Amino acid sequence: MKFGVIVFPGSNCDLDAYHLVRDVLSEPVEYIYYNETSIGQCDVIILPGGFTYGDYLRSGAIARFSPVMSAVADFAYQGGAVLGICNGFQVLTEAGLLPGALYRNNHLQFRCEQVYVRVENNSLPFTRSASLGKVLEMPVAHGDGNYYAPPELLQEMKANNQVVFRYTDQNGNVTPAANPNGSVENIAGVCNRAGNVVGMMPHPERAGEKLLGSRHGLIIFKSIISYFQNREVV
Amino acid sequence: MEITLKKAVLDPQGVAVENSLKALGFDRVRQVRVGKYIELNLEALDRDEAASQVEEMSRRLLSNPVIEDYSYTLQEAGV
Repeated sequence: MKFGVIVFPGSNCDLDAYHLVRDVLSEPVEYIYYNETSIGQCDVIILPGGFTYGDYLRSGAIARFSPVMSAVADFAYQGGAVLGICNGFQVLTEAGLLPGALYRNNHLQFRCEQVYVRVENNSLPFTRSASLGKVLEMPVAHGDGNYYAPPELLQEMKANNQVVFRYTDQNGNVTPAANPNGSVENIAGVCNRAGNVVGMMPHPERAGEKLLGSRHGLIIFKSIISYFQNREVV
Repeated sequence: MEITLKKAVLDPQGVAVENSLKALGFDRVRQVRVGKYIELNLEALDRDEAASQVEEMSRRLLSNPVIEDYSYTLQEAGV
């Protein structure tokens, strides 16, 4: 299996994602540039964090019209595994590949800190190695991470088990204090209806080495790797 | 064009500006909303075509229909 990391103008976590996959997990990975029209032979696509196109207009609003996004959308519609991290999550919501929207943090501050998120759905390719309710420690670094979905949409998402992560305290309790940005119902990550596209504001790619304070992010990457290993055996 | 957050969506900038206005003594201020103003020139055959172009660009790029509303006015350029 091979990972592809999309590089938009203004991406800055592309290197972190690439580093984690290549140097920590020893898996094949390549960069795919925003102006390419194909994602090649990649099995997993990562849309990294950053500030694509300066976050002008809205975060992710301009990046979603990059040439490569048509290929990413086709891949996603065919069931391909796509992970959007931070700005990558914003790009996926803007592109309509994930439900809801992300906008200005409720306190207007840029938040750069370690947070805890609870796994709310562990049946996905990206979460299958985590136990349900597992609390993961990862960093966030964003100003526009306030997740919103209108009430009807939120009901539908919950009925379809599309809430993947919630911000919690260290013990897994959903509290207002644990919510770093005002997201509705402490939502930190969601998936599409089919479960192959996941977006999350916390950075699993920056939580893969002891030196960085947490290795909990590895569970996301190990989940997707084990998903492909099992598939290859079948 | 004016783009604002939908009424149901909390506007953090609006709240901050409202608090600041109140601190200045404008204590009867309510429900401040901060939005975006976009101005552009557009070549079109007539108003209908201009309106449909503006609608489409508002829907596809300039606003996010999940959280924002848009409105616009058209003005014929003096030739």
